[in-house]
Amino acid sequence: MTLSTGHSAALDFAQPEPPDLSSGKYVKLWQGPQHPGITGNMSLELVLDGDTIVSCKTHVGYLHRGFEKLMERRSFIQNFTVVCRIAVPEPTFNEYLYSHAVEEISGIEVPERAIWLRTMNLELMRLASFLMWIGGQSGAFGQYTVPNWTLAYRDYVLDLFEEMTGARIYHMYIVPGGVRAGLPDGFEERAREIMKGAEKLLDQIERVMFNNVVFKARSKGLGIITPDMVDPYGIVGPNARACGLARDIRKDEPYLAYDRLDFETISGNEADAYGRAYLRLQETRQSINLIRQCLDHAPTDGPFQADMPNVLHWKVPAGETYVKAECTRGEYGYYMVTDGSEFVRRVHVRGPSYTHAIAVMERLAVGTNIADIAGLMVSLHTYPPEIER
Amino acid sequence: MIKTLGTEDTLENAGLTDEEQQLFSNARPRAYEPYPIKAVEDFANWARANSLWILAFGTGCGAIELRPLMTARFDANRFGVAGRPTPRQSSVFIIGGYASVKTLKRIIRSYEQMQGPKFVIALGICPINGGMYFDSYNTVNRFDQYIPVDLYITGCMPRPEVLVAGIMELQNKIKAGRCDGANRYVENFDWYKANQKKVIKNWDMPDYNW
Amino acid sequence: MNELLERLQRHFDVNNINVLKPGMTTLKIGKDSAEILIRELRDREGYTHLNFITCIDYIEDGIFTLVYMLHNYDSKHTLGVHVDIDREHEEMTSIHTLWAQAWTYQRELREMYGINFPGSPRLDEDFCLEGWDQIPPMRREFDTRVFSEERFGHREGRHSEVPRVHMKMELYPKRGGDEE
Ligand code: SF4
Repeated sequence: MTLSTGHSAALDFAQPEPPDLSSGKYVKLWQGPQHPGITGNMSLELVLDGDTIVSCKTHVGYLHRGFEKLMERRSFIQNFTVVCRIAVPEPTFNEYLYSHAVEEISGIEVPERAIWLRTMNLELMRLASFLMWIGGQSGAFGQYTVPNWTLAYRDYVLDLFEEMTGARIYHMYIVPGGVRAGLPDGFEERAREIMKGAEKLLDQIERVMFNNVVFKARSKGLGIITPDMVDPYGIVGPNARACGLARDIRKDEPYLAYDRLDFETISGNEADAYGRAYLRLQETRQSINLIRQCLDHAPTDGPFQADMPNVLHWKVPAGETYVKAECTRGEYGYYMVTDGSEFVRRVHVRGPSYTHAIAVMERLAVGTNIADIAGLMVSLHTYPPEIER
Repeated sequence: MIKTLGTEDTLENAGLTDEEQQLFSNARPRAYEPYPIKAVEDFANWARANSLWILAFGTGCGAIELRPLMTARFDANRFGVAGRPTPRQSSVFIIGGYASVKTLKRIIRSYEQMQGPKFVIALGICPINGGMYFDSYNTVNRFDQYIPVDLYITGCMPRPEVLVAGIMELQNKIKAGRCDGANRYVENFDWYKANQKKVIKNWDMPDYNW
Repeated sequence: MNELLERLQRHFDVNNINVLKPGMTTLKIGKDSAEILIRELRDREGYTHLNFITCIDYIEDGIFTLVYMLHNYDSKHTLGVHVDIDREHEEMTSIHTLWAQAWTYQRELREMYGINFPGSPRLDEDFCLEGWDQIPPMRREFDTRVFSEERFGHREGRHSEVPRVHMKMELYPKRGGDEE
């Protein structure tokens, strides 16, 4: 299928005229930051006409810590403990991309075993993150059974992380030069066991959530993304794939071991909240499959870390690079500039939520019912900490 | 009963416009006084300790471990802990880690809107001394200069097991009547306000959000 | 790839072409023709995806380098367009009409570096900071540690070590933490 994704003059990015609040026709409402129907710590400034939203403004910055500034005054090895805090529910992508950028500039070769362990780590993270997302999506439409299932099951995945890396959330496992440890004894059997359970759970979720009348009625037709919006708005990941574009960095520009894994890019044909949710469910299954393949192929011996210079006075040569990876929400990227000193010159972190939560959200929200805003927000899958960093 | 207050008891509300001044109360907060009979107070404390309702406000990274805590595996409901969407209904404020200046303003607002008795738990290292953001220009270093904290739970980030232990510790403290954070806030109100205003430069809300 | 660069060189005054790796090239262009070049890349050359806009502060040369990262999905190629602007007159043409998310980046750059993009919508609204009264924080002359100590204070009875210095002192105590 060929789709026109080009930039057409028909799309108008002009900011809409602010509604006239003094007319008495509209109500202004803040959703967040202290609000149960918001993803994380951000807020939406909504103007309503009755039940319908006439304008939406996203406010971010509640989690701003100034990472890019802090990284400029920490040495290269210190930074790797800091970067994972940038996207709280999905830290390993930050670790991987930071390490990869440093390795690329300084020309460090990562051993084969570390490549497979990294791939497995990233896929486990994807599984854990999607499990939490599915719970969030169904919770946003008022069904509280599925979140209880998925969040409890996610904990088993976190247990795997704990075995593998020693931590539940912030693993700090992928270090420049390789990974921090190999797999413990018996990890493989336990991982396979948990994957089996996860598959069963996803089948149940499909039956309970995706066939539910209420969920269908509320999510079908909500927040439709058309293919011609994709490029002008910079939409990536499942949000773009759901409208028929087969774009997946894992497949198109393979990194780590993805060129040796057997999988297909999944794309849907309906980019409403339901279509996106279904696509993510399939991607969760795909991720389970990929973890199994990693378990099959990962070498069990050999070094997992390259020889590194003394990290206390480690100078990285001057250079510049942009590396990216496909996280659950799309393209996650690190742009790094070094100047030959012990400190990095500039790091820019590109999170997919940056456009999804601001430009896309502000457009899709207009005309939606106020009750569906939480569902729409979750269905775009945004994490505020990666927007403001 | 509405008490008319003398000018020396009222707050200035200098951050508000004249029109807004009419809309907001300018009364000072009042300290909680225990019941005169000790048995009654103990009973009240026992009841409070077993219905800790948490305000759903994920202020930092620590919020991510609250979800496992509330759902099936760790199931905090068995301690009488439940999540509430609005400050008016909740009695426990969990500060999920670092507080950026922009969030601090909302934290203050939500905290003051909570009805007493209220308790604050701070998660992680960041509220204690800034943690790994000790040199960040946007996160506060010592959280209890701005809001009194009843209990710190350490870890980066604290595991759900630690959170459960912390909740039990908070219950013991409440039962023993040693959770006086809200009273400290009232007694040292001017000191807290001065600290808050030192970091929040665009103070455009009432001095106390009733 | 080379044809594209040749075409660009014929029509524009691009220099400093740098092939960083297969699939990624950077080039530098003057401030005035940057917007036309980016528009051309988007409309004719298939660089339809804007990865990000960012800025590097070269305080020693007195310039800000703006980086526009563009991606072509068909040829799987990323092109970084660098534009130098003067640190004293930090102003750049806005590209908010080309991509819907561009104004957000420009708003961020306005707040973090103080760069002006005339015409960009909602440019002066607060993005991450609120009530900020210092120089823009991402500029290199802004010292975040000093600021943090002054504004937020420390907890009495504790002190913060700079972890790097502390580690060196532990490892080389005799030499006073000296590296050599
Ligand atoms: S203590 Fe750790 S987990 Fe908690 S807010 Fe700070 S950095 Fe995040």
